[in-house]
Amino acid sequence: MIVIGERINTSRKPIHEALEKRDKAFLQEEARKQEAAGAAYIDVNCGSRLNTEYDDFLWLVELVQEAVSVPLSLDSPSAKVLEAGLANVDKRPLINSITLEKERFDEVAPILEGNRADIIALCMDDSGIPNATEKIVENAAALVERLEGLGLERSGIFVDPLIQPLSVDTENGNTALKAIERIMTDLAGVHTTCGLSNVSYGLPERFLVNRTFIVCAMASGLDSAIIDPLDKKMMTNILTAEMILGRDEYCSEFIDAMREGRLTP
Amino acid sequence: MAEMNDIVEAVFKGKMKEIGNLVQGALDAGTEPNTILDDGLVHGMDVVAEKWKAGEVFVPEVLRSAKTMQTGMDVLKPHLVGGDRKPKATFAIGTVKGDLHDIGKNLVAMMLESVGYEVINLGVDLDPSVFVQQVEKGIQCIGMSALLTTTVTQMKLIIDSLQEAGLRDKCKIWVGGAPVTQEFADEIGADFYAVDAAHCIDQLNSVYSD
Repeated sequence: MIVIGERINTSRKPIHEALEKRDKAFLQEEARKQEAAGAAYIDVNCGSRLNTEYDDFLWLVELVQEAVSVPLSLDSPSAKVLEAGLANVDKRPLINSITLEKERFDEVAPILEGNRADIIALCMDDSGIPNATEKIVENAAALVERLEGLGLERSGIFVDPLIQPLSVDTENGNTALKAIERIMTDLAGVHTTCGLSNVSYGLPERFLVNRTFIVCAMASGLDSAIIDPLDKKMMTNILTAEMILGRDEYCSEFIDAMREGRLTP
Repeated sequence: MAEMNDIVEAVFKGKMKEIGNLVQGALDAGTEPNTILDDGLVHGMDVVAEKWKAGEVFVPEVLRSAKTMQTGMDVLKPHLVGGDRKPKATFAIGTVKGDLHDIGKNLVAMMLESVGYEVINLGVDLDPSVFVQQVEKGIQCIGMSALLTTTVTQMKLIIDSLQEAGLRDKCKIWVGGAPVTQEFADEIGADFYAVDAAHCIDQLNSVYSD
């Protein structure tokens, strides 16, 4: 499971405050803790800093990569910010994200030329956020084809099917699960990833919904997620599901995690 | 008015199978159709909105109640004098340009309709001119939704467009969506920041109280 650690995001209050105070030590600790908990990428997002995003982003990128040995996930609504981030990292990063929306695709595509970064591809186009399996898979196929056309390999493409809330349509879970399964078969070689805040929107006990959904999604083939790796219950479910799904040889990750106190029974 | 309490409770609890009979029973007993609407169905949705605001019910329950109310309306509608009754006000709502999110916006639209407002759902990815046209047509309540930090700035452009067209004082403006705060709403000169649909109803009712 490729965990993309989502904590360094200025829409979270502690991160916003640490950035305001230029509290480098706090932010570096946030990055280190995520790496220690198993994050394969550390996401950096300061999109809420509308007027100062560019400078703030570069400052964050530098301090985060100084603190960890894993690569970064460069997360911004601005192509200019992504490009500057890419120029300032020393490990191949993940870019978060591209979509099929014409404007967004055309903005981000040039950054991807030369195959210097992996990419998160959101399955939405100008007609909106799809809520049928068929349309999600169709968007995924179009994205993969166009990204391959830019010189990317499938192993560098993380397709996000964009899970919709269960609260407004109880079929939304099945729709996403089927889409993940189809993407992982029809487009073999790509990764699938997702954020989890959407699935539980409008429901009580959202963390419980999120960490149960991820187990279902993993059974459908999901092999990455954008989550808080310090959420111990979430990580426990992921590690256990990996083992159950035959992705943990000799159950060693699971057993090691137990010995290191990372499991919450 | 025992039957009104039953209707209110059926809406609140989302008893879709029972609501039709309850409304029919009230009609058969000679209750005024408008009373059934206001004191029964709409009042039921008011209760739902209150509980939602208090965090006591959740989105699926709200949707179930709305569906129940609609089922009751299907029975009641032929009996309402003049077919449709006059809405409290008309509310035009849409998602701003560059933004395709519609779930929250649709929830607001659905709830406002349930409690007696006429709603014009404009859709998503809307140019500021679409909102201006609504005010030109005489719509007095405008709701804007944005879910992205990059698109929330569109709200100011829309308000500016209304200013330029000399229409700002012809309408009340509601804003909402994850990146929106009261502070932001004040800064761009919106009239109301609605945390959710239930708050939006309260604010509308404060403007259009009977």
